[in-house]
Amino acid sequence: MEGYIWLIPVLPLAAFVITLLFGKWWIKEHAHWLPILAMAGSFGLSLAAFVQIRGAEEPVVVELWRWFSVGSFQVPLGMQVDQLSSVMLLVVSGVGLVIFIYSKGYMHGDTGYYRFYAYMSLFAFSMLMLVLANNYLLLYFGWEAVGLCSYYLIGYYYHKPEAAAAGKKAFIVNRVGDFGFGLGVMLVFVTFGTLDYLKVFELAEAGAVAETTLIGITLLLFMGAMGKSAQFPLHVWLPDAMEGPTPVSALIHAATMVTAGVYMVARSAVLFASAPGVLLVVGGIGTFTAIFAAVIGICQKDIKRVLAYSTVSQLGYMFMALGVGAWAIAIFHLVTHAFFKALLFLGAGSVIHALGGEQNMDKMGGLRKRIPATYYTLVAGALALSGIFPFAGFWSKDDILGAVWRDGKYLLWAVGLVAAFITAFYTFRMIFLTFFGKSRLDEDTEHHVHESPWSMLVPLIVLAVASTLGGFLGLPGKLGLIQHFLEPVFAPADHILGLHEYSLAASDYVLMVVSVIVAMLGIVLAWYMYVRRVDLPLKVGARLQPAYRVVYNKFYVDEFYAATFVRVAVDGSTWVWHRFDEAVIDGAAHGLARLWQVLGHAGRRLQTGKVQHYLLGIFVGLFVIVTVVVFR
Amino acid sequence: MSLGSDISFPALSVLTFLPTAGALFMLVFLRGRPRAYKTTALVTSVITLGLAIYLAAKFNTRTPAFQFQEHAEWIGKLGISYRLGVDGISLLLILLTTLLSVLAILGSWNSIKDRALAFFISLLILETGMVGVFAAMDLFLFYVFWEVQLIPMYFIIGLWGGARRVYAAVKFFLYTFAGSVLMLVAILAVVWWNRKNGGDLTFDILTLQRVGFPTGLAAWSFAAFFLAFAIKVPMFPVHTWLPDAHTEAPTAGSVILAGVLLKMGTYGMIRFCIGFFPEMAARAVLPILILSVIAVVYGAAMSLVQPDMKRLVAYSSVSHMGFVTLGLFAFNQQGVEGSILQMVSHGVLTGALFMMVGFFYDRTHTRMIADYGGVAKPMPVAAAFFSLFVLGSLGLPGLSGFVGEFLILVGAFQYAKVFAVLASLGIVLGAAYLLWMYQRTMFQQANEKWLSLKDLNAREILTLVPLVVMAVWIGVYPHTFLSFLHAPVDNLLSQMQPYLHEQGGLLARMVASFFGGF
Repeated sequence: MEGYIWLIPVLPLAAFVITLLFGKWWIKEHAHWLPILAMAGSFGLSLAAFVQIRGAEEPVVVELWRWFSVGSFQVPLGMQVDQLSSVMLLVVSGVGLVIFIYSKGYMHGDTGYYRFYAYMSLFAFSMLMLVLANNYLLLYFGWEAVGLCSYYLIGYYYHKPEAAAAGKKAFIVNRVGDFGFGLGVMLVFVTFGTLDYLKVFELAEAGAVAETTLIGITLLLFMGAMGKSAQFPLHVWLPDAMEGPTPVSALIHAATMVTAGVYMVARSAVLFASAPGVLLVVGGIGTFTAIFAAVIGICQKDIKRVLAYSTVSQLGYMFMALGVGAWAIAIFHLVTHAFFKALLFLGAGSVIHALGGEQNMDKMGGLRKRIPATYYTLVAGALALSGIFPFAGFWSKDDILGAVWRDGKYLLWAVGLVAAFITAFYTFRMIFLTFFGKSRLDEDTEHHVHESPWSMLVPLIVLAVASTLGGFLGLPGKLGLIQHFLEPVFAPADHILGLHEYSLAASDYVLMVVSVIVAMLGIVLAWYMYVRRVDLPLKVGARLQPAYRVVYNKFYVDEFYAATFVRVAVDGSTWVWHRFDEAVIDGAAHGLARLWQVLGHAGRRLQTGKVQHYLLGIFVGLFVIVTVVVFR
Repeated sequence: MSLGSDISFPALSVLTFLPTAGALFMLVFLRGRPRAYKTTALVTSVITLGLAIYLAAKFNTRTPAFQFQEHAEWIGKLGISYRLGVDGISLLLILLTTLLSVLAILGSWNSIKDRALAFFISLLILETGMVGVFAAMDLFLFYVFWEVQLIPMYFIIGLWGGARRVYAAVKFFLYTFAGSVLMLVAILAVVWWNRKNGGDLTFDILTLQRVGFPTGLAAWSFAAFFLAFAIKVPMFPVHTWLPDAHTEAPTAGSVILAGVLLKMGTYGMIRFCIGFFPEMAARAVLPILILSVIAVVYGAAMSLVQPDMKRLVAYSSVSHMGFVTLGLFAFNQQGVEGSILQMVSHGVLTGALFMMVGFFYDRTHTRMIADYGGVAKPMPVAAAFFSLFVLGSLGLPGLSGFVGEFLILVGAFQYAKVFAVLASLGIVLGAAYLLWMYQRTMFQQANEKWLSLKDLNAREILTLVPLVVMAVWIGVYPHTFLSFLHAPVDNLLSQMQPYLHEQGGLLARMVASFFGGF
């Protein structure tokens, strides 16, 4: 394996370089071939690595070269494959490949076709580097690089002011998170004397480090995770990121990049497990985000924004799982979520494609018969997201709720259950608004409606199958394949927390039934409001006008930031610039110049040119000197 | 000590005076043939760069000793001699200088139409001054070169600058000159004391570094040197000459000013403030670090609200140079090496940013951010280059800015966490002001006026490509550059070692010696 690991990220990198350099003049509308082949290659190699790492006790580590070598600060450009990175590699390259193929149809004819594939390839490279890194600094490299690609791809339609602003916002909000992450990395180095995962975890396991330091490290790292994985209060960038093309939303802002925070916390499981109290913070913020974003999702009109808030919410579930030390289950949900959320986005993209760019659900409706393939696949994704048996989301979400319950965090469990109800509701609200009822299409789009080409439908079908059956990878209890597979990675952390393998008890079955019932209720309510009594939503909205407005405006978080942080930074800096930099500092310099000028003018008066004045001066001076000398 | 003796010619002298020779050649033989000026200037600077690279290849990175040394009597009676030599630190800065000189000439190929002869001669003499500053091993010679580079820069700003060029040039001159007068006094004091206390009358830097001056003299001389260099860096609060000078200077002037001249300040701190007075340097750490962090955050905050692109980049220099002094005075391997690497990286990236702004200005004749918008549409290649430099400047890993900044932060973190935390705020703000500028200039609705702008031509791309290569090289494989620094920085830190526990009390010593006599 040592021989080919490096090829996994380098293949998309090569595709990026070639596509960027030759795309515009030479490759043009054939720009998809190279990236797709590169992704296929990476996926193949990831599969090979997966097969080889299965059951291995030790990770495989390859060091390419020394990246930093300054005194004791030694950081290699090193890659590490263990079970965790192997799962991530498969998700990134697999889902990536599917989305690359889909994009061929979706982005066809776009003026920046080559640019799109170039940046998508760069993203794939960065994300694979992030996953393969064997130390925190290289992780940080991948972390920032995926952020950069996200910036480019959100701002892909850069002539749209909203798109340009959204890209910038994403980057800056992430920078706020990375402020913590960067300091966390430094603290890791100062504490452990290395940034190497294996060495750091070994030292942490040995209990060589004070708990307070570990609390500091993990909180700082988690701050980075909150930015990247869009957890409250740093979630604000992700919904705006929907300005990017839909395949970008599917790959970067649903399936892979936004899960980097989850991956990072899971990767650092040993540190988090050894830092008391921090896991509760992680779980608490995750749970709050899960319900907070789900509530906002109810009122969104833009189909992609519904999915964006849903992503924020589902990421919250993953942190909820991490918060009770259910590392493998969090990764399991990450995997199933990658399947069904990519499916939902691509399906939504297919709808948007069919309607010639329309994203407002108020102008959809009745599409069930007209784009049936999109409809059926999208429903599979919706059932998975809602957590209906036996679709993928059911298993993973239920595993999470079960783990939270077993850990005795009943409040979190209850909130998670309510969020599950809301999830089912907003998901099927979206399905019903889009595919059921009467058509509310514009006159123009009415004639435009068409089913998507095969290059788009095949990826949808593949993902629909994965979203339907993917859950069987992670059956609960001892049956879980993925839990077993990941065991070597998480065993040390579980050991610290004192977690053991559990057997399914009657209560687990009860919990499963309860959560399915709750989800069914959500769907039924959505059906009642948006199919049966279509007048109800308006009435309810009118009755609850103030609440509705708050939710519709996303709890005014953006407005709050604009009025506080942004205001302070911009207005404060302007004030300092004029009143201090110009007035005081420069003023002092000018004052000094003025002083010399005045002194010069004064001095000039002394030079009268009259001999008697000079003589007087000489005598006065002489008198003073003599007096001083004599009377000293 | 005769390292690098396998080079059979006085390489450093040639390196230093080749640009002047080129200037003289132009003056004597090429008068009235304007097309030949820039070609000659370019060829001269390319040869100089080639020689610098050759020296770097011959350089022995294992030793902190000065290499390629040359020595000749000059004013023997006063102990002044002509002495050149380089260690890894100065060699890196010479490489940067010679590279940026080539690019500055190439970058102003068509933008200087008026008095081109004088302009290119000024640039070449400037190059001699800069290389001389980094290569001088005699204090007097250093001072001469220090002053030499001041004059052509004064003219470059004052003659070929923007609307307020005279104000900016005078301000630049007075600030720097005030500093150098103080430095001269300190130089004379140091040399005089050494002579009076039984030493030779000499300006030799290596000899003076070994002297060990008494507390009072050391404190005052340290302060004088430090102020002179702090103005050059520039550190907060003596920075206000910089935005004016940068903004008004022509592109080549801004590139050299930001790319090289500011580094002369930090270089001087390493060589003299720390080299001559290690104890005082240790005692002054805290106030210097505080000023550095202020510069980092303050410069970034000022950048955020600048309406003028060049002023924005100028204030960002204050912020980035704050990182340099932060790392330097953290006095550990990561901090100091990061600081020197950041000097090189800042030269590359900020030089590149000024170059880009110049290219835009050549086409639009405005520097105001508000006048731009949607430029990426007519100029996609320029936008791509610009984004790379912006990203490098905001510290994206994989590009040069990150390597230096991160090492500095690691260094500062080890000294005291609070400095790293505060300086990290500068990084957050860095992303904000750079991306905001980029968004407002390159993205958004295209301004009708700019739809017909021509994208970069081959010459302009050629100017930028070496900077891209440098930014990526340092970012991905910094080892090439860091290897020059290990030995001299080790040496520097081992000299500092006995004093590092001494902290505070610089001012008290200055006051005490003022009343108690030196």
